[in-house]
Amino acid sequence: MTSEVTAKGTGTAGSASGQGASRRRRAPVKRLMAPAVIFLLVWMIVPLGMTIYYSFQNYNLMMPMMRGFAGIGNYAILLTDATFWDALGNTLVLVVACLAVTVGLGLLLALLFNATFIGRGVARTLAISPFFVMPVVTGLIWKNMLFHPVYGLISWAMRSLGLEPIDWLAHHPMLSIIIMISWEWTPFALLILLTGLQSLPEDQIEAVRLDGANRWQEFRHIVIPHLGQVLYVVVMLESIFFLTSFAEIYATTSGGPGTATTNLPYYIYLNAFFQYDIGLSSAAAIGAVILANIFAIFLIRFVAGNLNAGSAR
Amino acid sequence: MAVVELKNVVKRYGGGLTGKAARSEEAPAVDDFNLVTEDGEFVVLVGPSGCGKSTTMRMIAGLEDNTEGEIRIGGRDVSDVAARDRDIAMVFQSYALYPHMSVFENMAFSLRLKKAPKSEIDQRVNEAASILDITHLLDRKPRALSGGQRQRVALGRAIVRQPQVFLMDEPLSNLDAKLRVDMRAEIVKLHRKLGVTTFYVTHDQTEAMTMGQRIVVMRDGRIQQIDTPNALYARPANMFVAGFIGTPSMNFMKMRVGDDTRSLKGETARFRAGDAFTGDLLDSHRGQEVWVGIRPEHLQHHEGDAGALENGLSGTVDVVEPLGSVTMVQLEIDGHRITAQLEGDTRARSGDTITLTCESARLHLFDVVSEQALARQPVESAATA
Ligand SMILES: Nc1ncnc2c1ncn2[C@@H]1O[C@H](COP(=O)(O)OP(=O)(O)OP(=O)(O)O)[C@@H](O)[C@H]1O
Ligand SMILES: [Mg+2]
Repeated sequence: MTSEVTAKGTGTAGSASGQGASRRRRAPVKRLMAPAVIFLLVWMIVPLGMTIYYSFQNYNLMMPMMRGFAGIGNYAILLTDATFWDALGNTLVLVVACLAVTVGLGLLLALLFNATFIGRGVARTLAISPFFVMPVVTGLIWKNMLFHPVYGLISWAMRSLGLEPIDWLAHHPMLSIIIMISWEWTPFALLILLTGLQSLPEDQIEAVRLDGANRWQEFRHIVIPHLGQVLYVVVMLESIFFLTSFAEIYATTSGGPGTATTNLPYYIYLNAFFQYDIGLSSAAAIGAVILANIFAIFLIRFVAGNLNAGSAR
Repeated sequence: MAVVELKNVVKRYGGGLTGKAARSEEAPAVDDFNLVTEDGEFVVLVGPSGCGKSTTMRMIAGLEDNTEGEIRIGGRDVSDVAARDRDIAMVFQSYALYPHMSVFENMAFSLRLKKAPKSEIDQRVNEAASILDITHLLDRKPRALSGGQRQRVALGRAIVRQPQVFLMDEPLSNLDAKLRVDMRAEIVKLHRKLGVTTFYVTHDQTEAMTMGQRIVVMRDGRIQQIDTPNALYARPANMFVAGFIGTPSMNFMKMRVGDDTRSLKGETARFRAGDAFTGDLLDSHRGQEVWVGIRPEHLQHHEGDAGALENGLSGTVDVVEPLGSVTMVQLEIDGHRITAQLEGDTRARSGDTITLTCESARLHLFDVVSEQALARQPVESAATA
């Protein structure tokens, strides 16, 4: 249909009326934008729509006879399911803790790598490399080579210090997951914050020094406000990624022990691929979408209020 | 307010990673800098780009370590004193205002760091703001200011501090011509009012001449001459200073010293050096070539016969630029390009042959090899224009 309209537009252009000309100019814009718009629709709206649809259906793959409209039945089950609330809590703990660790550590490392020292290039590359390791591989490395109570490097270190080795994944499952994910994502924060630091004009640091600031005041009053927007980007992107962490959990604790490390994505996975309850897992997925939105909105408010407002330039 | 002393100060860049070889080969950015200011003096550093002006300032501020030598501020050796403890305010060429703070906060920042009482901060910021006429801008962010306004905020931030020393690194270079003239006067007034020892960097010699109590002329990291504006103009120490100070710049011609050690001869030009120069020096140059320097404004048009003149030079007019009050004439004399600044009503056309003359006392002589000025008698009420 689009092409029909365009053809007409081109046809009227011959009469050189002003309207025809402006329509002719607008038509290609639509045509050119169409692929992107269609792609976005297919990519986002269709899955979301289907998820919403299924979340209101009785649809369990193991019970093909029991189909049909469920009303808010799936949501009711969800809200009364203790595991769901556990998963929600775990998700929040995971996101907040990982954000704190990656941003804090990333900032420290960025400050370090912003200074000049011998071997900085090599050190920088090494520091960034965890980011290139696939999540599943990260999980396996930590599970088998570091956390393992018998063969793990950490256990070896503790034994050589005369301490009792810890079975990390069994006794501190959430902490272990947080450590793994933070290890993976600190380089990301480091990279972005480092570029932020390097865009800080030298003369501002010099001016603030001459104004009598010590290192802490320099950091507090100049560096942090300058990094405001960059921090915002890091926090936004990372919280989205942390909300959806899955592979690290799948490869190590499988959500356990019990529900100790079951976050929302893992909860959805369990319901879809162990219970085969597509309806319930769709409802949980909608819950996750809502959570992500709440998170994003709160975050935008918080970050904008605290860091960004000052440094808007 | 303090005396600033620099003794044999040397700065070499490129230490550390580049290694010793690189260090020893490279010429120092600042070489053997010696200067003692008066208390409350306005010192201007001037010179072509890359001559080490900023480097000198940054060493005084403590933003850069001096490789050799000693810097004293108010009698105290500051080699181990960090920039933040030197009590120096610097106005950066780029202003370096804090973009996330309002004008008020920018100016108040150093006082806040010192934990000054709020009433005092308010009072001092408002005072500085009213001196600079930026009271109405106090609530704005720097990005909402024009270049000239930012400039004044940067000055204000320095004034509020009431520091021992002001450093200003080409603060006016980003402003348009008119604003620059206004701000120039503003800064001079400010200095008179506050009486703080001030270093001012510029590569604009008009700025240097109008503002400085003393001027330091630099080239390639070395001081060429330190003197008052009048003395620089009247008695430049070498050809570089002679050519750098004064617009249009000084004319130079190569001439031979006659056997009488007084007469100077070119192909068509001739001068008598008169008594302005010490006899011995011209003695030692007897029969040799020297550079003769004459400022364009010291050349006069001579109507009539050149033969009768003691100091005379004739040439063919190339370009005539009537500027109203004066007429600039460029001509070719003995293979040298000469600019003369003549009376506004001078009639000259390109292609004419005209004769110029000049008082003996206005001549400057320079050694051909060293390019240093040949000493003059300690003379006369130094000629100025
Ligand atoms: N950080 C640096 N590292 C190495 N060399 C430098 C550095 N800063 C300046 N230089 C060199 O030192 C010399 C003096 O530089 P400086 O900045 O003091 O010049 P300047 O007189 O201020 O010039 P301008 O009028 O262009 O500002 C120059 O040759 C410059 O290349
Ligand atoms: Mg400079």
